[in-house]
Amino acid sequence: MKFLGYRRNNGRVGARNHVLVFPTVICAAGVAEIIAREVPGTIYVGHQHGCGHLGPEREHMLRTMVGSCGNPNVAGVLLVGLGCEMLTAELLAGKLKDEGQRVEAITIQTMRGTGEAISEGTELARKLLDEARTAEREPVAVSELMVGAKCGASDTLSGLTANPATGVASDILIGKGGSAIFTETPEMLGAEHVLAKRAASEEVQRRIWEITSRTEERIKAMGLDIREAEPGPGNIEAGLTTLAEKSLGAIRKGGTAPIVEVVDYAQRPSRKGLVIMDGPAHDVVSVTGMVAAGAQVVVFTTGIGTPVGSPIAPVIKVSSNSGLYQRWEGNIDVNAGAVLDGEETLDSMGEQIFEEVLRVASGEMTKAEILGHQEFAIHTIAPTV
Amino acid sequence: MTQALILVDQRDNVATALRPLEQGESFELELEGTRDTVQAAQAIPFGHKVALTRFGEGDAVIKYGEVIGLATKTIEEGEHVHIHNVEGPKRQGRPR
Repeated sequence: MKFLGYRRNNGRVGARNHVLVFPTVICAAGVAEIIAREVPGTIYVGHQHGCGHLGPEREHMLRTMVGSCGNPNVAGVLLVGLGCEMLTAELLAGKLKDEGQRVEAITIQTMRGTGEAISEGTELARKLLDEARTAEREPVAVSELMVGAKCGASDTLSGLTANPATGVASDILIGKGGSAIFTETPEMLGAEHVLAKRAASEEVQRRIWEITSRTEERIKAMGLDIREAEPGPGNIEAGLTTLAEKSLGAIRKGGTAPIVEVVDYAQRPSRKGLVIMDGPAHDVVSVTGMVAAGAQVVVFTTGIGTPVGSPIAPVIKVSSNSGLYQRWEGNIDVNAGAVLDGEETLDSMGEQIFEEVLRVASGEMTKAEILGHQEFAIHTIAPTV
Repeated sequence: MTQALILVDQRDNVATALRPLEQGESFELELEGTRDTVQAAQAIPFGHKVALTRFGEGDAVIKYGEVIGLATKTIEEGEHVHIHNVEGPKRQGRPR
């Protein structure tokens, strides 16, 4: 089975053909934003990082930025650095070139002020856009796809319709040799034994225990025992009886395939199949992380509704109930509430989501893209110094 | 027609109400290709679970094909399954 993707020079396959203008530090963000505005068709990706990172956060940030700019959906990237920052444009450009990514870089402090930086950057961004224009979609195997799964603004039905149906789509993709990735370690607590049982190796099993224990300890360090606190009163009123039940509803969006690898936040998997990424449950932060890890498409389930997208990957919204779909038709791509209405089964709904993934990967715009949603936020792991 | 109950996995021994269920209402569920009838022994709120079988104390409550908790008392078929008669599974399988 195939979809229409952009085969990059480094062999990877993109679902989009974006040219990014990416500041390597927040101090260069204003200049980057002006350049992107001057060159319609490019995408400005703003963030507040690039300097003041303590200890391991430097590598973590570098990996996330390189992963974001190196996602195969990106045809080319203009890096805009200031010069004195921790993560310079030169540093990122070197890493990206090593990966075979098309990259240009400017450093504001080496120029005659921001005026020259903007005119130089504008020229480079136009050049990248001109090059990207020549890329053409071609049929490629679906095994080249990695799809991220996320749930947010969930309701009672998310774990019963949208998440299990997304899990079915994930199983179909993996059955065809592709990859799926899901994250939100805090939402795995209480169901870690279920995930551990599905580990494809002892190492993966060890890593599942490691990331869930560490997350539980971190929560405890902030004074909260998640096993006492969850499910909360609102969850109980909604019908959730135990933490295991709550977490099972969340992890079901990853389907039922064996887990072949556990990666760190924004780390690119080395294996194909179902992958867990260690990371927070924060909607935008987890989408950013999965896309930096290489996901070309994201499936995002919601019960109450959330508009978030990504500047780099199309985000497909799946509603858990028809009421939301009717009110939010402009934001929702697929309505898994059809399962409740007796129109679809979880299996047939999963097939529909899988087909939507292929259409979107082949170029069909998602509602979030049509509406211009490009939210982007990187996970922080240390205080800023 | 709107469904009243959903079974996420064929191994499940509880189903979830997709609307408030009234006491005495009967529902058909497809289980392993055969149809089975379950009758609500009491009112079940939306999003809450109904027993598809009789549980003895300590029996595993299965949803998503996995153990979500253990019955703390006898639960009859059709009864409401929630915190009043189920407790979370003990931490399972964690090494050391």
